[in-house]
Order: sequence, then structure tokens, then C-alpha cells
Amino acid sequence: MQSVAVLLTVGLVSFFLFRYVGDPVNAMVGQDTPAVEREALRVKLGLNDPAPIQFVRFIANAAHGQFGLSYRTSEPVSRMIWERLPATLELSFCAAMFALLVGVPMGVYTGLYPRHWSSRTLQAISLIGVSLPTFLIGILLILFFSVILRWLPSFGRGETVTIGWWTTNFLRWKGLEALILPSITLGLFQLTLLMRLVRSEMLEVMRTDYIKFARARGLTNRAINFGHALKNTLVPVITVTGLQLGSLIAFALVTETVFAWPGVGQLFIQSVQFSDIPVMAAYLMLIGLFFVIINLIVDLLYFVVDPRLRGQMGVRAGAH
Amino acid sequence: MATGRSVSNNAPLLEVRHLRVEFPTRRGTLLAVDDVSFEIAAGEVLGVVGESGAGKSLTGNAIIGLLEPPGRVAGGEIRLEGRRIDTLPYEEMRKVRGAMMGAIFQDPLTCLNPLYSIGRQLVETIQTHLPLPAGQARKRAIDLLKEVGIPGAEQRFDHYPHQFSGGMRQRVVIALALCAGPKLIVADEPTTALDVSIQAQVIALLKRLCREHGTAVMLVTHDMGVIAETADRVAVMYAGRVAEIGPVREVIKQAKHPYTKGLMGSIPSLGHRADRLTQIDGAMPRLTEIPKGCAFNPRCGQRGLRCLVERPNLMTAGGSLAACWLHDRQGVGGAVAGELADA
Repeated sequence: MQSVAVLLTVGLVSFFLFRYVGDPVNAMVGQDTPAVEREALRVKLGLNDPAPIQFVRFIANAAHGQFGLSYRTSEPVSRMIWERLPATLELSFCAAMFALLVGVPMGVYTGLYPRHWSSRTLQAISLIGVSLPTFLIGILLILFFSVILRWLPSFGRGETVTIGWWTTNFLRWKGLEALILPSITLGLFQLTLLMRLVRSEMLEVMRTDYIKFARARGLTNRAINFGHALKNTLVPVITVTGLQLGSLIAFALVTETVFAWPGVGQLFIQSVQFSDIPVMAAYLMLIGLFFVIINLIVDLLYFVVDPRLRGQMGVRAGAH
Repeated sequence: MATGRSVSNNAPLLEVRHLRVEFPTRRGTLLAVDDVSFEIAAGEVLGVVGESGAGKSLTGNAIIGLLEPPGRVAGGEIRLEGRRIDTLPYEEMRKVRGAMMGAIFQDPLTCLNPLYSIGRQLVETIQTHLPLPAGQARKRAIDLLKEVGIPGAEQRFDHYPHQFSGGMRQRVVIALALCAGPKLIVADEPTTALDVSIQAQVIALLKRLCREHGTAVMLVTHDMGVIAETADRVAVMYAGRVAEIGPVREVIKQAKHPYTKGLMGSIPSLGHRADRLTQIDGAMPRLTEIPKGCAFNPRCGQRGLRCLVERPNLMTAGGSLAACWLHDRQGVGGAVAGELADA
């Protein structure tokens, strides 16, 4: 229920926001189009109806996956988005994997050995990762790996393979190569964030009585560090990862712009320039949908990780 | 009395000799445990009492090798069954912990990992130390749960710590400490966090189990009632040193050290009514301000000149050992006026 409310709100915001972005008719017609024709176009697009009716129509269509025709290209918006969605999802997925697979181990390491010089170095470097803006990292990476070293491509998806409607980068070497720089750019901030989060959580957990008791029971270091300590850091890590995954997809548009990556973010930027309202509205709804889905998954994961929540659910179910 | 106690071949189970624990701080090194020596025979219960900060928990932590940094063993030696354990590398010591020595800490609510079922935590500990297949480890775990008095042990096996009450959790903790069959348990205030009514049950349980398994216990507490009930011998600690050590009856009935006398006087008893409990004036000195001579001298009613300059070591006093010049042949070396002592 909550999810539906969130999506409706997102719909309302995107709907009203774009009523004030500009008059799409101006963008669609030429300078010398007579007023009568403009008016006819308005009626055809339903722009003259009262706002609530337009909104209901918008939501009803959106629920069916219909966002109308693009004002810019006259293609169905849903098809434009479907075409570009795989690019964005693959990029976000790689960035998230990069952040998780590198960030969490680094966090564990720096949490276990906070005084070691390498931990201090990582900690210092992570500050740079947190504070540098994404586009700057992207540009620096392009400068170094594409322009100076000429190792990796600086723009586009490289080679892709189409399976059904999904185009993938994963099956061609050139495609994978093209993924590397954008993924690092997009994932670096999340990586440092995760690392710092896991580190502080580990420091906290290692001080607890149950870790001391686990040592007193003579458990191996591996069992203590990865079995007992890491699992107890997971709840906040899952929360943040979930939220960040949403913003990875949302903020992919900066990275996509820097690397000319043909994803939905880039589509959105192009649409803004044309005040292509249907596309922008659809994009916002899509991002809202992703956030809702991810939050749902995060909530479910809590139950998997923390038995105390399961217990409460049991009690509540028993009370009903 | 000690029916289940196995008579050892002279060598005590645990031997602590001249143990020193220190904390390096910015303002110099603090000596938190100073020259502590005692031993525990197999199957024996040694109570360790003292005020907060007397060094009793630190001594316990030093024995199980889990002093929290920057604290460290600075001198002396600890032997378990004749084998020196204070110098063992971490991995060797890990194998000793749990298998040879168990530990029970103060707060049962926080000692169990909230994310794992108690069964998993038991089986994990058993399999770390004993080469048992999963099925047998599970059986042993359930038997232990029954032994510590958890009703419906089979069903409770898969329950999580938050589904148990405080007393039940402390029983699980005891089962965890005992599950690999250790010879010694260091119990650090095991009942302080529990309700008074449950304290007695848990202590009785601990006592019974250790007698049945022939496990020795070092029982750290500040509850003289628990000591009188449970221990075979008592060590009284004051300002990082052992003030008196002896059989429990001897120490309670005929305390030799003025500090112990003061402690005993401060326990209310039902037998005879006193309008006021005796109390020891002053407070235990901070580690940075331990006076010269006997650490107890500023609060002692029987101090002499010697107490101000020379530190007494443990000496025979009746059936016990006491660190007090009153029991030396030469005595305290004459009474001192209060003003002199303050100077």
C-alpha cells in the first residue's frame, strides 16, 4: 500500500512539475504555424483539459505502461525507454557490484586493523572518493586511461549483443571493456561510502560482548570476523546499499552524459532540452518504481538477516 | 564437602605467579594488577572478591588471555596444568580457550550473538574444539541445554537469544562455556545483571554442574553471599593486590586482614541486629595514587610505622595467607598518630 502511495506521489510531482517546464507545442511546431493549428494540436494532446482529468489520464495510462508519444520523435515513450533501459541497468549493476565487492572487504579490513598503516592510507584515499564529484572522476579516468594510455574506450557501449529486446554488454569483450570506466566512475562514491560504513560498523561490533564471548569460546578468527562480526554489520549495510542502488540508477545520468552512454539518463537529458514532457514524466515514474522495488527487497532482506524482526512478525501474526 | 573433586597429583590446575597487568597511558603506566599469586586445584571453586577496580576482572581476563588493549601482562606467569599459557601465541591460546578454559561474563543479554540461534552457537563451539560430526554435536548441545535446565531443549535449540529471558540466557551462556568440557571456568560476575531471585538459581546451577563435571571455577564477584555459598577458598583483592587468601570459612569467620574484617563487618546478617553496619572509611585509592607501603594504610585502624614504608607480601596467618604486617613476627612497628600518617 505504501508503495502505491509513493508511486502516486511521484506521479503527481512529475505531472505538475512538467506543466510548468514550458509549452511543448512551441517546440513541436514551426515559428509560422497559425494559432488555429496550434490550438488543434493542444486539443489533440489533451492539453486543454482541466488538470485533474489530465492527471487521472496520465496515471491510468502509466499503470498500463503507456506514457504516450514523445513530443520530440513521435515514438511511443515506453519503447524509447525499453530500448535504453538495459544500458542503464547494466551500468548500474556493474557499478553496484564494483562498490560492494571492493568496498565491503576494504571496510572489513580497515575495521579489523584500524591502526595499520594501510588502513589509514585507504581511509585517507576514501575521503577523496567521497568528496570528488562524479563527472570529474569520469573526466580524469578518460584522460588517463583513454587519452594517455589508450587502454579503454572513452565513450559508448562498444559491442553489444541483442537477446530478445535486451541488449547486453556482457557477451563481447569490447562491450565489457566499454563498461569498465563508466562503472568505476559511477561506483566510486558508493564504494567509499560503503567502505566507511562497514568500517565504522565493524569497529562498533568488535567491541561488543558477544564478540568477546565468541573469543572466550575459542572460535577461530575467521568465524568471528566473517561469521559473527560481519553479519551484525549487515543491516545498516543493506539499508544503505539499497538506497544507493536507487540513486545509482537515478544518478547514472551524469555518468551517461560524460561517457555518451546510451541509457535512459541520457534520454532524459535530451528530453529536458526539448521539454519532452511524456519522456521526462515516464523517466521520473520509472526511477520512482525502482526505488519502491528496491526498498521492498531491502525490507525483505532485513527479515532474512535479523531473527528479531521475524520474531516480532510472528507475535503480530499470532495476535491477529 | 568436595565430593566430586578429583585429587590432583600435587600440581595445581591453574597457577598464577607474580602476575602484573599494566596499562600504558599518556601520563605513564598504570599497574592495575600488582604481583598477584594464587592457585586453583582441579575441581575447586575459588572466589575472588574486592571493590570495583581492585583488579579482579582484569586478573580473570589475563588468565583467559583476553585483556583488552592497551592492557597487557607485564610480568609473572600463568600456568594451566603446568603449561605456561600467558606467553602462548594467539592461535595456540585460542585452542586452549573453550577447550581447556571456559569463560562466563557479566551480562547474559549481550553475550550471545543476536543473529544466530543458540543451537548454532553451541554446535559451532563444540565443533571448533571436538572432532564430532554434526549430528553428534547437535545431540551433545541438546543434552547440555537439558543439563542447564532449559525446558523443551529440542524445540528451544533453534530459538534465537531474544526469545529467552535473562536467566535462561545465562543458562545458555553456561552451556556454551561448558560445551567443550573445559577444566576451568572463569566466571566474571556471572549473576550481577540478573534478578536476585534468579541469581541464586544460576549460582546453584553453576556449582552443581562444575561439581558434576569436575570443573574448577574462578568466581569473580563482589557479592560475599555468593562466595560464602559457593566457594571453597576466597581471595580478597585490594588495589590490584591480593590482601588475603584462604579457606572460605576461615576468611569469613576469622578474617586476618583489616580490610577483610571491614568487608565482613559491612555485610548485614539476620542473626544479630546491629543499628549500624560497620563501614570502612574512605575509598580505595586510584591506581595513580597508591600510597607507599601497604595500599590499605590510609584506611586502616591498626596501621603502624612499618605499614607506611614497607609493602607487606602474603604471609601465613592462621589457616590463611594475609598481606598484613600484623601477622609478621615483628608486627606493624609501633602505632602511629593520625597526623603523622596523613603527612
